[in-house]
Amino acid sequence: MTALLESSVGPAAPAGPTPGTAAGRRGRGWTVFLLLLPAALLVVAMFSYPLLVAAWRSFAYPELGTQNYAWFFDGATNIGVLLRTVWVAFLTTVICLAFAYPYAYLMVISGRRLKTLLLVLVMVPFWTSLMIRTFAWIILLQDNGLVNEGLGLFGIGPLPLMRNTTGVLIGMVQVLLPFMVLPLYNAMAGVDMRLMQAATSLGARPSTAFLKVFVPLAMPGVLSGSLLVFIQALGFYITPALLGSPTEMLVSQYIYAQVNGQLQWGRGSVLGVVLLVTVLVLLAAAAALGRAGRRRQGATAKREAA
Amino acid sequence: MLESSTITKTGTRIDIRNVSKHYAGSTAVEDIDLTIEPGEFLTLLGPSGSGKTTTLNLIAGFTDLSAGHIEIDGERVDNIPSHRRGLGVVFQHYALFPHMSVEDNIAFPLKQRKVAKAEQKRRVAEVLETVGLGGYENRQPAELSGGQQQRVAFARAMVFEPRALLMDEPLGALDKNLREKLQLEIKRIHQDVGRTFVFVTHDQEEALVLSDRIAIFNNGRIEQVGASHELYERPRTLFVATFMGESTVLRGEPEWHGTEWTLGFHGAALRGTAEPFSGPAALVLRPEDIHLSSREDDIPAGHQYCPVTITQSIYLGSGRKFELALADGSTGIVRGPLARGAGLEAGDRAFASWRPERGSLLPDTGSRSTT
Repeated sequence: MTALLESSVGPAAPAGPTPGTAAGRRGRGWTVFLLLLPAALLVVAMFSYPLLVAAWRSFAYPELGTQNYAWFFDGATNIGVLLRTVWVAFLTTVICLAFAYPYAYLMVISGRRLKTLLLVLVMVPFWTSLMIRTFAWIILLQDNGLVNEGLGLFGIGPLPLMRNTTGVLIGMVQVLLPFMVLPLYNAMAGVDMRLMQAATSLGARPSTAFLKVFVPLAMPGVLSGSLLVFIQALGFYITPALLGSPTEMLVSQYIYAQVNGQLQWGRGSVLGVVLLVTVLVLLAAAAALGRAGRRRQGATAKREAA
Repeated sequence: MLESSTITKTGTRIDIRNVSKHYAGSTAVEDIDLTIEPGEFLTLLGPSGSGKTTTLNLIAGFTDLSAGHIEIDGERVDNIPSHRRGLGVVFQHYALFPHMSVEDNIAFPLKQRKVAKAEQKRRVAEVLETVGLGGYENRQPAELSGGQQQRVAFARAMVFEPRALLMDEPLGALDKNLREKLQLEIKRIHQDVGRTFVFVTHDQEEALVLSDRIAIFNNGRIEQVGASHELYERPRTLFVATFMGESTVLRGEPEWHGTEWTLGFHGAALRGTAEPFSGPAALVLRPEDIHLSSREDDIPAGHQYCPVTITQSIYLGSGRKFELALADGSTGIVRGPLARGAGLEAGDRAFASWRPERGSLLPDTGSRSTT
C-alpha cells in the first residue's frame, strides 16, 4: 500500500543510478535476498497462505461452485452491509482528518516541549488495550453514562450515542486518530516553513500562503493518513461489535455472524474476498486519480507554454 | 520592468530609526539607526550573529520590532504586514516553491496582484531573460542547479517591481566562481533597474564588489556606515579596521595634548592627531602603507617607525607580502611592490615605517580579529 501511495502521490524521487560493478550488484543481490527472506517467509505463512485458503473456501464450501457469490450478490442486505461499511469508513476518515489536520499543524509550529506533549497525547491510546478503551466508551456513552448525564444538566438528551452508527464513529475515530496524526505530522514537518515567509514577501496574505504553499506540500501526508485510516476502518471489528448495533452491522461483524453463528465458512470467505477486492479497487482509483491530477497539471503547464 | 518608461532612478528610501529587537533574555539588535537612500546599493556586513539578518527581517516585516520604527518612503510600516510592504526578498536558501514550475513561481507575486494572464506570461518571460534563463518556464525547481535556482528566486523577487529588493546572503550557498559571476550580474541589474537594494553578507570582499555603501554590524549594533574607501581608510572602530581588510595593530596607552597624541611602543615614540578618547588605544596601519628598511638610515624622511622581525617573505608575482613580528609579539602584515623590502628574508631584523597620517588611532576595544 505504501508503495502504491508513493508512486501515486509522493514527490518525484530522483531515480538514482545504481552504483557498483555487475559483480558487486550480483553479490548485493544475494545479500538483499537473504535479508528479505525472514520477512518474506512470515508474510507467506501468515498472510498469503490464509488469504489463499479463504479465497479457495469462498468457492469450495460447502461444495465447489459459485453459490456463495450468488448468495452475496442476490441479497440486498449483503450489498447494504458492504455499502454501510464503506460509508462508515469514509466518515471515520473525514472526521479523523478534520481533527488531525489542525492538531498536526499545531505540533509542527509549536516549540519542543509542547510538541513532545502533543505527541505523547497521541501515543497514549496505543499503550492502552483496544478492548479497555472500547468498554470505557460504553461507560461514557450509554443512556445513563457520563456524557448523557452531563448533557442532562443542560436539559439535553439523553441522546442515543451508542448501539448505532454514531457510537461506532466515535469509537473508531478515537482509535484511528493517531494513524492520521502521525503521517500528517511527518509530512507537515517536512514542509519548509520559510516558504510561507517567502510567499508573504511576494504579496500573499498569510491565508493564501497557507492554502497555496503549505496545503499542497502537506498533501502526501493527507493521502497516506487517509488511506491508513480508511483501510483499517473497513476491517474494524471490536469497536463496531461493542458500540454498534446488530441491525446496522458492518462487514467484519457480518463475517463473524456467518462463520461463528452459522458455520457458513464459504459465505464468510466471500465477504472477506469482496472486502479485499473493494479495498484494491478503491486504492487503484485513488492512484489513478493522483496520476490524472499530475497529468492534468503537466498538461496545463504545457498548454500554457505553447 | 526594463522598459525605459518604468525605470526610476529615484527608488525607495528606507529609514530605520532607533530600532531594537529583543528576544526573551537576549538582544538581537540594539538601537539601529540607518537611512537607506533611494536607488542605493547598501550592504549590511558583519560576522554571523551580528544582527544584520535580523535587521533585514525587520525591514521585510518578518519580525516585529521591540523599539523604534521603520519608514519606507516616509511611511511608518510598523503595523503593515510583510505582504503589503511591497518589498522583494531573496533568501539564501532560494525558497522556491517546490510544487510549482519556474513560471508559476515567478508568476506567484503577479497572481497575488491580480495581473492579467497574458501580462503575467509576458513579464515572466521578460524577467527570465534578464536573469539569463530565457525559455526555462516549464522547468521544475528540483531540475535546476543552485545558481539557476537563485536566478529564479531573484527573478521572482523582481518581477512585481518591488519598492526595494532585500537579499539575505543570496550567494552564500554557491561556489566561489559562480558567486563572483552572480555578483557582477547583481551589480549590473542594480544599475539597470535603479532600485534600492539592501544586501546582507558576511563576506567583506563581496560587500566591496557590490556596494555603494556598507553598514558594518557587530554585536547587534552598527559600528560604522560609509562607502568602502571610507571604511577602509578611515575606520572609526578597531572592529571595523580589522574586519575590513588586513591590518597591523600597535597597542598602547597614549598621552593626549588636545588632539595630539604620543604613544610609546617598545622604545618607539609614535605621535599623531585624532579625536581624543580615554583608555588604551590601537594604532591601525594598512599593509600597503608600511615601508620596510633594513637600516635606520634608509627610513624615508617624515616617516615614524618601529623595529620588527620579518617572519615570512612571500613572493606574489605582482608584489611581495611580508609577515612581521612586532616588539610586543603580535603579528603585522606588509604588502607592496617587489622593490619594497627587496632582500629582506625571514629572520631578518628591520624597521617598519609609515607616514603618520596613514595611521588610525582608535580605542582598543580588545577585538583581536586577524584577517
